[in-house]
Amino acid sequence: MTTIRYANDKFELEPNESVLECLTNRGVPVPFSCRSGACQTCMMRATGGKPPETSQQGLKDSLKLQNYFLACVCYPDADLEVALPDDKDAQAVIPATVLSLKLLNAEIMHVELECHAPIDYRAGQFINLFQNQTLGRSYSLASVPHEDDRLHLHVRRLPQGRVSGWIHEELRPGQTVEIRGPGGDCFYIPGNSEQGLILIGTGSGLAPLYGIIRDALSQGHSGPIHLFHGSRDLNGLYLSGELQDLVKQYSNFNYVPCLSGDDVRHGFASGRADEVAFKQISDLKNWRIFLCGHPEMVKTAKRKAFLAGASMKDIYADAFNVSQSS
Amino acid sequence: MSEQSLYEQLGGEAAVNAAVDIFYRKVLSDDRISAFFEDVDMEKQAAKQKAFLTMAFGGPHNYTGLDMRRGHAHLVARGLNDSHVDAVIEDLGATLRELGVKEELIAQVAAIAESTRNDVLDR
Repeated sequence: MTTIRYANDKFELEPNESVLECLTNRGVPVPFSCRSGACQTCMMRATGGKPPETSQQGLKDSLKLQNYFLACVCYPDADLEVALPDDKDAQAVIPATVLSLKLLNAEIMHVELECHAPIDYRAGQFINLFQNQTLGRSYSLASVPHEDDRLHLHVRRLPQGRVSGWIHEELRPGQTVEIRGPGGDCFYIPGNSEQGLILIGTGSGLAPLYGIIRDALSQGHSGPIHLFHGSRDLNGLYLSGELQDLVKQYSNFNYVPCLSGDDVRHGFASGRADEVAFKQISDLKNWRIFLCGHPEMVKTAKRKAFLAGASMKDIYADAFNVSQSS
Repeated sequence: MSEQSLYEQLGGEAAVNAAVDIFYRKVLSDDRISAFFEDVDMEKQAAKQKAFLTMAFGGPHNYTGLDMRRGHAHLVARGLNDSHVDAVIEDLGATLRELGVKEELIAQVAAIAESTRNDVLDR
């Protein structure tokens, strides 16, 4: 008998019963629509056990790797522990000690954390960092698991931001905070190493992209990699030296700092990062695209990239939404 | 009359995968209907388009008329009408033509899409 575990319940799977049927028949409110493995409304995540491959058809590779599956076409042979995709309680809280805090520019703080327990993440994913039990925010990881021993975050100070203000003003090296994660499906997947990559970020949207780029390069990605990092003025850009070093080290890596304000100096592209990118590379067929940062930029650029020929499955995005309670 | 189903003649799931990006691009670029697709999650929308194409291609699906009504009720409230359904069916035909599908099969796909019209428009 196959057992499905959901929250604190255990259900026996009847013969020829899908995980969706099993759960909904017993009163678990899993959303669903087409019941044929196409619409992805019933997507869930296996937090224990491996979902059958047939239940992952049509999902983005980054979701497959994280054991997401479609409940309506999931007929497992072995026990599964499952959760709804937005179930935050499915992950354990990990204590982490702050090792260093360093300003990258006037408003972005580099935070280095040492976890007290191993955390299995991919460059470009995010974690939630908690100021106290109820107040936490998502921050993208700029570190790369096999390259960096510690977790690196780029925390931009938001006007009236409660957590970012606390990190900038009060947090000190040696303090221990709680984190939960990782989450997010915006990361590099090995394979197809000759494919061109375009990465577009605004502000601290550079954090996940910096991780993704170093991850791709260290895994031997040989196709062209173009980074467009945008800000209004020069003060908003950062890590320029490190990125220039990568340009020198890897001939397939190209870094284009973009300034959307009036004062554009030599060596910088004029305009918003997404506009500059799509002007330089107009046919996006077969390119892999990464978009991180300002939600409006991510939304517009996603649409533009798709209309310019990029396949939906090749567009990875992480919009930095600002919490309503700041 | 071929013994193969319409879905098999079109090429099954591979054909749906080939069509979904082309179809979604046409819909987003179609001024008659693009406004209905503003502010939707593109990932989720692409998955829904795939489910719709699977059904229109005669493939396996479990959609009911009620699902169609529920799924489009908020759009009907925003003024979704026959002209918009016409546009979608046109874009669907253009997608298949671009993929080199025979007119005879395109007509069958259009007829399946047509059969959902009253449910979509909640009549």
